[in-house]
Amino acid sequence: MSQFGQIGFTEEQIDVLNGAETFCRDHAPIGTVRALITSDLGYDDKVWAQIGALGWLGIAIPETYGGLGLSLTEVVPVCEQMGRRMMASPFLSTSLAAQALIVGGTLAQKSKILPQIAQGKAASLALSERNQAWDLTRCDVQARRTQGGYVLTGTKTLVLDLEAAEWIIVSANLDQKACLFIVEKEQILETAMRREILIDETKRGWEWVLDGTEITEEACLDKSKMDAAFKHIHLTATLLFAAELTGGAQACIDYTVEYLNTRKQFDKLIGSFQALKHPVVDAFVEYQKARSLLYMAAFNFYKPEQGEVATRMAFVQADKTLSFAADRSIQFHGGFGFTYDCDAHLYRRRAIFNTSQYGDRHYHKTKLADLLL
Amino acid sequence: MKKTEISSEVQAFSTEAEAWFAENTPAYPDFMLPLTFMEVGTDQQFDFLRDWQRKVYEAGFLGAAWPKAYGGGGLSQAHQDAATAVMRKRKVPIMLNAIGLGWAGPLILDMGTEAHKQKYIKNILSAEDMWCQGFSEPEHGSDLGNAQLSAVKDGDEYVLNGSKIWTTHGHYAKYMILLARTNPSSANKYAGLSFFLAPMKIDGIETHKIRKLTGEHGFTQTFFTNARIPADGLMGAEGQGWKVAMQTLMYERNAKGGQAGGTFITENDPLEILELARMAKRGGEPVLKDPIIREKLVEFMIDAQAFRLNAARAQIPPLNQDCPQAIPLMSKLIHTEYTRRINEFALSLQGAKAGYYVGEPNAIDDGYWHRGYLNAFSATIGGGTSQIQRNIIGEHALGLPKTR
Ligand SMILES: Cc1cc2nc3c(=O)[nH]c(=O)nc-3n(C[C@H](O)[C@H](O)[C@H](O)COP(=O)(O)OP(=O)(O)OC[C@H]3O[C@@H](n4cnc5c(N)ncnc54)[C@H](O)[C@@H]3O)c2cc1C
Repeated sequence: MSQFGQIGFTEEQIDVLNGAETFCRDHAPIGTVRALITSDLGYDDKVWAQIGALGWLGIAIPETYGGLGLSLTEVVPVCEQMGRRMMASPFLSTSLAAQALIVGGTLAQKSKILPQIAQGKAASLALSERNQAWDLTRCDVQARRTQGGYVLTGTKTLVLDLEAAEWIIVSANLDQKACLFIVEKEQILETAMRREILIDETKRGWEWVLDGTEITEEACLDKSKMDAAFKHIHLTATLLFAAELTGGAQACIDYTVEYLNTRKQFDKLIGSFQALKHPVVDAFVEYQKARSLLYMAAFNFYKPEQGEVATRMAFVQADKTLSFAADRSIQFHGGFGFTYDCDAHLYRRRAIFNTSQYGDRHYHKTKLADLLL
Repeated sequence: MKKTEISSEVQAFSTEAEAWFAENTPAYPDFMLPLTFMEVGTDQQFDFLRDWQRKVYEAGFLGAAWPKAYGGGGLSQAHQDAATAVMRKRKVPIMLNAIGLGWAGPLILDMGTEAHKQKYIKNILSAEDMWCQGFSEPEHGSDLGNAQLSAVKDGDEYVLNGSKIWTTHGHYAKYMILLARTNPSSANKYAGLSFFLAPMKIDGIETHKIRKLTGEHGFTQTFFTNARIPADGLMGAEGQGWKVAMQTLMYERNAKGGQAGGTFITENDPLEILELARMAKRGGEPVLKDPIIREKLVEFMIDAQAFRLNAARAQIPPLNQDCPQAIPLMSKLIHTEYTRRINEFALSLQGAKAGYYVGEPNAIDDGYWHRGYLNAFSATIGGGTSQIQRNIIGEHALGLPKTR
């Protein structure tokens, strides 16, 4: 089993964890989360500015580009704690876009954009399409060469935080091969964007008709690095979504336990009924495993084979855990569980969304089987 | 002594142990050895393991940290841990007298009298005196605090009446650690219990072998009919039996240290099933091509990885601040249920041959997985069932209300 790697931690990671735990708890109480659901923007721009000021967006950006020069190992606790409180912000999208640039960008692109992200500017990725189903390199959107640049045609879907982003990294086919391009905020026509209705209402996603979007030659990422970039985006998203799910599982279990400790039926606290107690314990056991796997993945992420195995394992376990914990949470709240007011559905919706974007547990298990068996 | 000196001494001891076990570990006999101390089913197995334990003790690798005056090695716990690590690594046969080495011995050293220590400790180590544990009763198992076997003081003796059951090694044991009721009318059920070191080979005590689901014998029902035991076997005061029993469970969970060392359970590679899976065929095709089998195997690999990592994370306080006791509390449940499930799954990889059993020459791996599956229940039931473990985790880690 040693080929799968050991768990470990870095001092910086623990500092980030402690900071994020307090910050997210203080700035995303459930009332705020619910208020932001109904807002247009979807997040609190003052809190977003604070996140920028804390330097979290620069954690995994090299020092030469104005970041802290740490790694995704230290980003994981931020996503975990944000996921725990369901704090809304373009943090995850921006982190992913930065990673795409770090691995696939040209020197000029990195020098221009990464320092601004490290300072708190938002960015995002536009990869999804209607016919794509998790294979990021399968694009119907086309990039056609023009004089001095490219023109894009086709439609992207599920573009998270499109409205917030200063830069969007778009995938499109160029000469029959998927490639990444940077589109700047000013190039997006308002009429080309339609807000989609997402199951996770704390998130903001858009359909984006690219037809006629013209970009310069310099907007194309380094073509020689595309394979590595797509793979890195896929695994990074898997890791960070797993972190959100794991944090969410902790909160969901706490939320359920609280109800089991206060609601009475038949003159007894319902938590004394084992039909409720034991499944909650099972969820808790799965959560502890999920957290161990998550921090192992964070620690080993950059090791060639191990990193991929660890990341997919962490995701499988996180998906299994929150999906189960939230499903049972709805049931164990009885009639109240069926209401919009009960938070259980927020967790269930989160799990469905997070497992829909870059592959769910079945998909990752298939990939793991190919790697391990 | 400086720390470095200790560790170089321990290192030397470890090297010595390596050499000794390399030389002296017996060849696998022509009968199957038990994987755990609870599985000893035949006299052949018993004799083999008793000889082995005595040899290990005489070589100085068992009880190394127990006091010299009573037969131990007088060295540090680190010495014993190093020797135990060698035994675990080499997967040498288990130590037979588990209840003596793991429960009774540490308890006697902690709270026994000088006379107890002189009388019992050395023979626990040499396996000369086998020990058993008389906690469970026919009517009270999970509800151990309700144990009813009666102990009535009469002069310098106690008179025992009642019955214990599922007594591992009951048939072989010379002594028992016994939980009995000295006060039937105490205000709460726990306060009426007392804890004894009791002789087994006396008038009024009878053991009846019980046949296990594997077909072998292993534990007994033990009947007490006006059996008289010396009063000086009382551990702690009358009425403190529950507290003492809980203390023995601390040794069991190794939370307190003090065990004599050695392994009582053969720890298998949690993924040895992969060997089996690579060989297995179905309809002429390798089962590893079957997507459902592949998914299952990956799930087991994730689980195996997760409990290994849980143990490691438990040692990293900043990564388990929310509930530091959670991981230790759940390790028995996770481990034993995993073992049960993976052995069960191993049967499904065997096709029609899953219909064989131990002893049949056509059986895969001599029926290893069949025996493993059936025996896995010893650990999901014994030592507090999985359901009771869930109660404990729910109540102690999550703060859920008690189930009554
Ligand atoms: C291989 C083996 C070796 C053993 N060795 C010894 C030994 O050496 N000495 C000794 O004293 N004992 C020994 N035991 C006994 C063991 O500790 C008991 O079997 C165990 O505690 C369960 O008690 P029980 O058998 O009376 O089952 P019960 O308590 O009657 O349980 C029956 C079922 O009900 C469930 N149940 C009971 N109470 C609850 C509850 N509150 N909530 C939910 N479910 C519940 C149990 O999980 C179980 O599934 C051994 C058992 C085995 C299997």
